[in-house]
Amino acid sequence: MSNPLADMAKPDVIFCIGTNMTECHPVAATGLKKAMARGAKLIVADPRRIKLAELADVYLPIRVGSDVALLLAMAHVIEREGLMNRAFIEHRTAGWEDFRRNLKAFTPEWAAAICEVPAADIERAGLIYGRGRPAAIYYTLGITEHICGVDNVQSLCNLALMTGNLGVEGGGINPMRGQNNIQGCGDCGAETFVFPGSVKIDDVAARDKFANAYQRPDLDLGQAMTKVTGLQECGKSIHAMLIDGENTVVSDPDRNHCEHALKSLDHLVVIDIFMTETAKLAHVVLPATAWAETDGVACNTERRVQRLRAAVPPPGEAKPDWWIIAEIAKRLGIPGFDFQSPADVFNELCSLSPTYGGLDWERVSRESLNWPVPTKDHPGTPILHTEGFTNGRGRFMVLGYRDPAEVVDDAFPVWLTTGRRLQSYHTRTQTGRASGIDYLLSEESLEVNPADAEAWGFLDGDWAIVTSRRGEVKIKVRSTDRSPRGTVFASFSFADVPVNNLTGSGYDPTTHTAELKVCAVRIERAPVTLESAHDPREPENAHAR
Amino acid sequence: MSATATERELTMTLDGEAVGFRAGETIYQVAQRTKKSIPTLCYDERLEAFGACRLCVVEVDGVKAPVASCTTKATAGMVVRTDSPIIEKYRKTLLELVVSENREVDVSPLRGFASQEFTTLVDRYGARTGRFKGRQSGTSNKTDDNPFILRDYDLCISCYRCVRVCAEQEGDYAITMMNRGFGTQITTEFNGRLKDSACTFCGQCVQTCPTGALADKKALRAADLPGEIAKTRTICPYCGVGCSVDLLTKGDRLIGVQPAMDGPANQGALCIKGQFAFDFVQHDDRLKKPLVRQPDGSFKETEWDEALDLAAAGFRRSLKEHGRRSIYGIASGRAPHEAAYSMQKFIRAGFGTHYIDNCSRA
Repeated sequence: MSNPLADMAKPDVIFCIGTNMTECHPVAATGLKKAMARGAKLIVADPRRIKLAELADVYLPIRVGSDVALLLAMAHVIEREGLMNRAFIEHRTAGWEDFRRNLKAFTPEWAAAICEVPAADIERAGLIYGRGRPAAIYYTLGITEHICGVDNVQSLCNLALMTGNLGVEGGGINPMRGQNNIQGCGDCGAETFVFPGSVKIDDVAARDKFANAYQRPDLDLGQAMTKVTGLQECGKSIHAMLIDGENTVVSDPDRNHCEHALKSLDHLVVIDIFMTETAKLAHVVLPATAWAETDGVACNTERRVQRLRAAVPPPGEAKPDWWIIAEIAKRLGIPGFDFQSPADVFNELCSLSPTYGGLDWERVSRESLNWPVPTKDHPGTPILHTEGFTNGRGRFMVLGYRDPAEVVDDAFPVWLTTGRRLQSYHTRTQTGRASGIDYLLSEESLEVNPADAEAWGFLDGDWAIVTSRRGEVKIKVRSTDRSPRGTVFASFSFADVPVNNLTGSGYDPTTHTAELKVCAVRIERAPVTLESAHDPREPENAHAR
Repeated sequence: MSATATERELTMTLDGEAVGFRAGETIYQVAQRTKKSIPTLCYDERLEAFGACRLCVVEVDGVKAPVASCTTKATAGMVVRTDSPIIEKYRKTLLELVVSENREVDVSPLRGFASQEFTTLVDRYGARTGRFKGRQSGTSNKTDDNPFILRDYDLCISCYRCVRVCAEQEGDYAITMMNRGFGTQITTEFNGRLKDSACTFCGQCVQTCPTGALADKKALRAADLPGEIAKTRTICPYCGVGCSVDLLTKGDRLIGVQPAMDGPANQGALCIKGQFAFDFVQHDDRLKKPLVRQPDGSFKETEWDEALDLAAAGFRRSLKEHGRRSIYGIASGRAPHEAAYSMQKFIRAGFGTHYIDNCSRA
């Protein structure tokens, strides 16, 4: 996030797109509700009529994957009405004139045909966002999990740049990160394209620095492989894999492909706290300590670096992840793994990361700061870009709209979009084992618009077979106004309803993020079998109760 | 006049001492800041002042009756006494009345974060005198079968903190009050189960309840477990908001979670996952020993040394047979920095590649 969570109660205008915040980041959503109680206006763009939509001043139920068209048309309206922040554009940005010329064609009427929402609503959204001082953008995976994820984010940047809503209190562009430490994972360099501190791997000085620090003179410059490619290469060029705490098989798109990939490895080592569907495919499974048992550090979505503290001992012989990884490394003769404590590991990270340069174990144990914290006396940086952008000027990106990787057709006439639910977290390895959660959410269901359910001949609770070009899944139908006509929804949380059998139609060419939010499916009545006469679910989590 | 000049000039007298204040501050807020211990039961600093419990009354010069300090704004030159004998006697009487309405005063601290407020004040004022006897207010809901929130309204004192936190803090408006006087009852629409209301089971009502009338059913499972309750400050393991929480433990058992009221990301707020989904940690399914796959596909528990040797041997073999570009690492977005940092170092230092990723692409 460019701005801190505390800013969420401050905007005049809030634009939420591709974020089901009341379910996925409920505590953050309380800030938005407070802003609205204060009189802030809310624009929500989401294919599903989520709870935020009910609170919105303008709700845009855009067709899945049509975000760029909406955002271009909003920019068109802002430009046409002269609602830009001219001083900001002049002093802080580059590429305005090219961007502006490109906008002319992208009228609300043009976007309305793509987004399947009224042009007048797009017009209103543009006017409201354009007049907001400050106006804040919040988004989540509904923006990034598309083949045009980068274009979506750039489109949001364009809006914020043209209205000068960056570097100001209560404004900004604010991605809500999904997992407790996914931000921190990237901060630590556990991401393909960056070293610790978000320094690019094709930066010669950074490569040299890490080649030196890690005693690895042949460290690659720029050459890299994302997980998506890595999984495709399993059994071809990739033969051994170390997976720490990820249930890849259930969480990643195209489950059949994933399972096949991991099975074709010569050597798979999984570090986890449970025997997940992924761990079951491993050659060696190593038991890790869990949250509440592990001392460490995590970074939240607002770049706040916070201490995690152990309160109970781990079960059996479970060990901290860092210890396990270090032990394997030492056996392979990899230098620099003589860590004695989590403090040793964290302090090494701080010594190598420019954004963490002012932090150390002792300091994060005492106070929590938003990075960058470049020096020991630096107070942290709650709001980014107040003075300038990292690369000088904020650059407008000239973009166009393109269709999702897969569009509906006669064979696969229904849009499927996927996501999460309030009561479950990811693949339920954790929430599925917390008592009581089943009381509220015990099984997955396919959310279908009531008119579609009637047209397709389904009553609530009927079993459907949903088929995409990659696979099929059997799932119970539940009719709800949350789904628009022609679009159905399911979460991927339940391993026994592997919705990711269906997904994986395409990937963003730059980030390799999967288009989990869109795929084309066909929905048919499941044949009545003895199995479906009783509850066919493997009671995998039943003993959790 | 500039704002700073205004602040400098605004002073009032609190228990004989001159204190400065900011325009808009209530007497209660000024008193809090100057470490006066004014008792309240309906006050939660995150919520609009409500003035229901009347315990925070103070004497103000020139005003005949005592005023509620939580709802009265400080004004320049105001002379206030927070603990005169008359005020203290008045507070004791109020507490004696409230005690008489409730089934019990002493409740387990496992019920919720604020659950000890009432009993603490009753003891501070020596209000267990039995001076009043009569009707009790509130009727516990014994039919709501939800596994999270105990609705023990026999202990309700109608402070409305639960109703207000649900509306003002959560924006959910799931609960409200019906009837008045002794018949006052906290309820949902149509007086049904929480499950059938707008309740999201965030637990905020539980944590702000000053008497334990709303209580954490999951934490209460450990009420009979021996040992002292300890609290450890950490961060919630679920989404990226990073709410601060206090883990409740008895000995080696993790028994519950309470929100940290001073948590920078959450200011006391939590959701159902952070509040109630903690017990996966000590679930029987946890892996306790390293496991090594056998030729028949089953797993066998082994000692760490053997498992680590086998883990390393596989990577060594891959390196030898297929080169350094044959090894890939996937880090976790849930494990701490130390795990993520070690994972990327394992790949970069071990093999000189950037064949490392995490779960953020899916």
